[in-house]
Amino acid sequence: MNRKIRVLVAKPGLDGHDRGAKVVARALRDAGMEVIYTGLHQTADMIVEAAIQEDVDVVGLSLLSGAHMTLFVDVAVLLKKKGMDDVLIIGGGIIPDEDVPKLKKEGISAVFGPGTPCEDIVSYIKKNVK
Amino acid sequence: MMNDTAKKVLKGDPRSIARLITLSENNDKIATDAMKDIHPHTGNAHVIGITGVMGSGKSTLICELTRLYRKQGKTVGIIAIDPTSPFSGGALLGDRIRMMELAMDDGVFIRSMGTRGMLGGLTSAVYDVVEILDASGKDVVIVETVGVGQAEVDVIKIADTTLVIVVPGLGDSIQTLKAGVMEIADIYVVNKADRSGVEQTVAEVESLVDITCSGKERKTPVLSTIAKESKGIDELLTEIDSHKKYLKKTKEFEKQRRLRYEAELVEIIRKKLMNFIFDESTFKEKIESLLDKISKKEIDPYTASEEILDKILK
Repeated sequence: MNRKIRVLVAKPGLDGHDRGAKVVARALRDAGMEVIYTGLHQTADMIVEAAIQEDVDVVGLSLLSGAHMTLFVDVAVLLKKKGMDDVLIIGGGIIPDEDVPKLKKEGISAVFGPGTPCEDIVSYIKKNVK
Repeated sequence: MMNDTAKKVLKGDPRSIARLITLSENNDKIATDAMKDIHPHTGNAHVIGITGVMGSGKSTLICELTRLYRKQGKTVGIIAIDPTSPFSGGALLGDRIRMMELAMDDGVFIRSMGTRGMLGGLTSAVYDVVEILDASGKDVVIVETVGVGQAEVDVIKIADTTLVIVVPGLGDSIQTLKAGVMEIADIYVVNKADRSGVEQTVAEVESLVDITCSGKERKTPVLSTIAKESKGIDELLTEIDSHKKYLKKTKEFEKQRRLRYEAELVEIIRKKLMNFIFDESTFKEKIESLLDKISKKEIDPYTASEEILDKILK
């Protein structure tokens, strides 16, 4: 059996900056993962529905608008509600340090800010995926 | 006793459908049991294959087609295939991005897949996934191939109706006469028909059809669409339906389905044999030693292959 790690990369909310998400998506691809890229302007419902249908191991959220406390948490809550509690949720973008512990409490396992080497994200996923 | 996952798939439960697809992609033994239970419940969905060069608008066209099917009350399963990297084994599956507006519709199930080493435009598990979506009650199952070049024609083995998407400006009339992808269409679609050169492209494909379909009962239709603006989609849907009727009328339908099962059977056997020979530890040493000998020119690859096959066939 040859299991491949499947990752959904999504941008919830209204900001249009997807370069970071694309760079990370490519890095995960180069690390041998299957990356489903859903693009900009996603609602929490859309992201969770896609995560279910694609049966992903990881949901990666990117957000630069400042709405992460609402939107990241919405995705985490909804995933749990739908029974996808074995999915690893990670976030990235412009996230103030003081928000990180709160996000972790809500089920976002890790937050990767600007300047994070892609290898760190890859190794975090490989180590923590269930 | 029916497998639990299979039961849930037959009821259309999205999580079970998704799970079984993953298990099948990973060649998990659990999937085999479920697939055995599912097979009697398949055969109802109209399987539509969509192929064409990368960037020709396959995903956008599928989104538009699906919208129309939903208006008719039909449920749709979509399998969108993108290439797996030959270097890392990873893949960036980006077809879904054109279909996100369908994401919240219960009557639509979209699954993105990597080719995982297959070269014909499909992926090894696609036969299973078509059966899973079919058994889950989808009226239509659409298979989107990877962006193809000239020779990736495996889609005809799985689809009842094959659409070849072409776009203006990809070469002269000789290109349309070449063997391969340009031979396999049940319907030709010239997409991006707002682009310059569309009249010429349509004329070239039509003249191809004149040559290849002369004397035949059914002439392959050539349609123009602008998927992005939802233009020409109604006509396309009508042609797809009328192709299905034609298949049923001429008994081609059964022939086509038999072809699919043959391809599926070959694929299952191929996978099992390859796993048996190359993954089983019994052969590992033998293969390694044969490879050493081939490298040293002590033996040739043909003789080596005979040595391995003789062991199995005994």
